[in-house]
Amino acid sequence: MSCTTLFEQVLDPDNRANPYPLFAQLRRQPVCRQEDGTYVVSTHAEIARLVSDPRISSEDLPDPQKFRWTGHPITDLFVRPIRAEIRRRHQPFIFRDPPDHDRLRGLVMRAFSPERVRRMREETADLTNELIGKFAGKAQIDLVDDFSYPLPVTVICKLLGVPPEDEPQFQGWATQLATALEPNQRADEETQAKNEQCFTEISDFLRDLIAKKRKEPQDDILTDLANGTKPGNASGDDPDEDGAETMNDFDLIATAVLLLVAGHETTVNLITNSVLTLLRRPEHWERLRDDPGIAPRLIEEMLRYEPPVQYRTRLAVADIPIAGVTIPKDAPVVLLLASGNRDPARFADPDRFDPDRPDNRHLGFGGGLHYCVGAPLARIEAEVALVSLARRLKNPRLVEDPPPYRPGASLRGPRHLCLAFDGIADA
Amino acid sequence: MTAGPSGPPERILVVGASLAGLSAAHALRAEGFAGALTLVGDEPHAPYDRPPLSKQVLRGLFSPDTTLPRRPELRAEFRLGTPASRLDCEARTVTLADGSTLPYDRLLIATGTRARPWPNPEEASLDGVFTLRTRDDAARLSARFKAGPKRVVLVGGGFIGFEVASTCRDLDIPVSLLVRDGQPLAAALGPRLGGLVGTIAQERGVDLRLGAEIERMDSEGGRLTGVTLKDGERIEADLLVAAIGAVRNVAWLEGSGLAADEGGVLCDGYCRAIRANGDIVPDVFVAGDVARWPNPHQGEALVAVEHWGNARAQAEAAARNMLAGPATGLTRHDHLPDFWSQQFGLTIKLVGLADGADSLAVVHGSLDARRFVALYGREGRTVAAASIDSARWLPAYEAAIREGAPFPPIEGAIDQPRLRIEEP
Repeated sequence: MSCTTLFEQVLDPDNRANPYPLFAQLRRQPVCRQEDGTYVVSTHAEIARLVSDPRISSEDLPDPQKFRWTGHPITDLFVRPIRAEIRRRHQPFIFRDPPDHDRLRGLVMRAFSPERVRRMREETADLTNELIGKFAGKAQIDLVDDFSYPLPVTVICKLLGVPPEDEPQFQGWATQLATALEPNQRADEETQAKNEQCFTEISDFLRDLIAKKRKEPQDDILTDLANGTKPGNASGDDPDEDGAETMNDFDLIATAVLLLVAGHETTVNLITNSVLTLLRRPEHWERLRDDPGIAPRLIEEMLRYEPPVQYRTRLAVADIPIAGVTIPKDAPVVLLLASGNRDPARFADPDRFDPDRPDNRHLGFGGGLHYCVGAPLARIEAEVALVSLARRLKNPRLVEDPPPYRPGASLRGPRHLCLAFDGIADA
Repeated sequence: MTAGPSGPPERILVVGASLAGLSAAHALRAEGFAGALTLVGDEPHAPYDRPPLSKQVLRGLFSPDTTLPRRPELRAEFRLGTPASRLDCEARTVTLADGSTLPYDRLLIATGTRARPWPNPEEASLDGVFTLRTRDDAARLSARFKAGPKRVVLVGGGFIGFEVASTCRDLDIPVSLLVRDGQPLAAALGPRLGGLVGTIAQERGVDLRLGAEIERMDSEGGRLTGVTLKDGERIEADLLVAAIGAVRNVAWLEGSGLAADEGGVLCDGYCRAIRANGDIVPDVFVAGDVARWPNPHQGEALVAVEHWGNARAQAEAAARNMLAGPATGLTRHDHLPDFWSQQFGLTIKLVGLADGADSLAVVHGSLDARRFVALYGREGRTVAAASIDSARWLPAYEAAIREGAPFPPIEGAIDQPRLRIEEP
């Protein structure tokens, strides 16, 4: 069978529960042109090579913006084009190339300091126990709505410095804006309109919040990004020797939205996919319960086996000869990370879930200059969540397998994961 | 004595206990060699890492003890502080300076190089005149730096000279750097980028003297007081470091029948030592700075590569080939040379061989920003890529160089200025 329509099948929601057999077919031709001109890269070596290739751009991804008249001339002719132009120039750094990417990412890395991330472990543990405590008296829960969703959004809000009373609103925005990272949903007109509305709301909210952080600095990421301060030095007593570089408000809003969406949706999927995978293999669930020290290895294997981000789309800015084909300039390039993770040329017995796998250099966090900024945070959140769930849930069972999935093929994960259990242990 | 392939080895002898020797020993164990393993070293120290010596050690940030980590499974006997003095390929023995004789089934020659001594022995023996190659050199020089010298004179326009100059400036020590041929770092980077690094050195306060040559060293009571240049100018200095290249440690191979001279010990692409007539010497292998072999990336020209990465890669290839039986294939050493240097707050990296290039193009960033990737072309092919503080694209260009891609191979890449082909 030719590979030219396989990616269409990957995008098909009917194949969401198990796209891996399609990946195996795709890997027969490591770089395969699809009928729409997209090139899908499905093998580990080729993906690893392209994430560090200067011919691969993250900017100006083909985004079929369809212009729709609202009927208001001022909106159509002035407000919207200007807003679109501003937004185009101030994309978050995940959609930027060097040198802009490096400047913005550098500032975020500084604010996202290891110490600040480390401190979130305790907060995450408290939140986790609070959420599990609410399971008391129930015989069944939806892990997604009752646990996986609320946990990361609260963590990222605390890190950013969003007041607790605004968190529920943030959760709604995060869910809507995640579709902006979904290549197969971006084109949808209704989704686009909703995204635009949502982006306007969150921008207005963040603009006010940033102004507040400038007036009353606090120990959080938004404060540091808004004021050019270093973590733990929000008062600015010790200005950075390199000069206090700051982001302008447009870049800052775009960055905050990125951190919210990327720090949220992905972690929801990591936790949910992990529980699903472990309950399908109860011996691993029991092992984790009896030996929490296995958690880090188990999570690395999860990032290989069921990565929360299945693929990223990039753009070839020059011809790229690779694996016997030439990706032509201007072609969209799909880096199918989840397939590279199952490449038998890189991983022995790749379809086996094996936390004891040596040399597990998976592509779960991507690679190259766009390697996940939030990887250390994601590892902490997943570890705390899984260890607590394994310890406290008594005899958990999957109610529905496979569970219903959300529509996204890239940020792939269950929409609901119903679990039955026989009660919870004390915290 | 048979010249054909011999049976599986029981005793492997490695002469040279530095990066190449230790890497080979580790690789031999990793490949399953369970027999007796002996490493011979002329220095009294266990294998140590040299790159920090001219930087962190000299600056006083690291202790001179840069001992390389040894894996528990190494189980090797070390004969340290005793250089090898003779090789007998027929008897399969190596004689050490203390007269002891070590037999081998397989031998690896990894004796490396030593600092080229200052040509005038009287001047070389003055108090205050140094070379820098060993950790003992670095410890002595570091102590003198700590004492606050009036001025340091560095002789030589290579990486050691520049790194030591950078360390001097970090310590706020006045420093004059004499580059006799007027072309700093030209052999490694070519005149254009070498000149740029020279300019950066000057901006950081190095007194860079292009074309300057020493007529004589001046001394008082056996202590260096300064140097007089050929043009008559005098520089007052109490320390001088001669960083004028390296000499390969091949004297002990005289009479062994191996093709060994100042250019190195000749071997083939599989690290097997060869005689002057081209015959393979059974069971003798060569790796590291002392090896000279036909490099596939330079049209099979005979080259020696004095870089950290090559020492490791070649030692590992040699180790595999030492254990290869008739059924297993040999591993070709086709490592693309690469190196890095840290100086004046910059990280310089190069992959490929820039020597002999005929053109240069900046493909990312800019020279003015001191943050760039530049490619070297030779006869229309890309042969090397250099970067300052932008090494992340080098893997892509390394792949292009390996494939013999045209020059410049990648146009229209991200963060790329308008391409202009210049002299290298």
